[in-house]
Amino acid sequence: MIKVLFLAQLREQLGVAEVQVPASHIRDVAELKEYLLGKNPQWEQFFAGKLLVAINHEYAKSDASVKSGDEVAFFPPVTGG
Amino acid sequence: MSFSIAIQTQDFDVGSEYGALISDDTAAGAVVFFVGRVRDTNYARDVKSLSLEHYPGMTEKILQQILDEARARWELIAARIVHRVGELHVSDQIVFVGVTSMHREHAFQAAEFLMDFLKTQAPFWKKELTGQGALWIEENSKDVTASLRWKNE
Repeated sequence: MIKVLFLAQLREQLGVAEVQVPASHIRDVAELKEYLLGKNPQWEQFFAGKLLVAINHEYAKSDASVKSGDEVAFFPPVTGG
Repeated sequence: MSFSIAIQTQDFDVGSEYGALISDDTAAGAVVFFVGRVRDTNYARDVKSLSLEHYPGMTEKILQQILDEARARWELIAARIVHRVGELHVSDQIVFVGVTSMHREHAFQAAEFLMDFLKTQAPFWKKELTGQGALWIEENSKDVTASLRWKNE
């Protein structure tokens, strides 16, 4: 399974903080996103803007590979400081 | 504590942070520090308080990476980043960045670099509670530009 987290504004928009996704057939971030939007078409509008992705606490691009046991987080641009 | 980070809900004391930065070093002739505070207006909105969220695990990792990067670029003796999370009110302190070096150019530049990268890389998010309701703060293009200028140096 892949542990998927949604943080900050994205979590509020989706109304969910975490989902577990079966890792079979998902090779990279782009496919994970496709899977999530396939299951939840109503999320499309919230994934349309700029979002950042981290795999196991490291920033990742959409072609970065994802495997079972990974923690993948989707979140809006950061605004600390 | 020559190079350290802290993410905490409680306030920090600038005097203590400064004391700890210089405590065991007589070579540090230059000390630069920055304190970020909650201001009362943002884009003309009347801010009552802020709620600061972060991504535990990743935040620590990114702040450590930013510190390592600063040490690779400048001759630093010590550096410290403290960032608060949770509920904050107008004029509360949010962030402390302190750097010591033998030379002031290194200390000034490293402190600015740390803040620029913290603002664009570290996974913190601010939500404002204003007279008009709660609002997530959006990415500031000035911060993005500020961090990009370090790329070519």
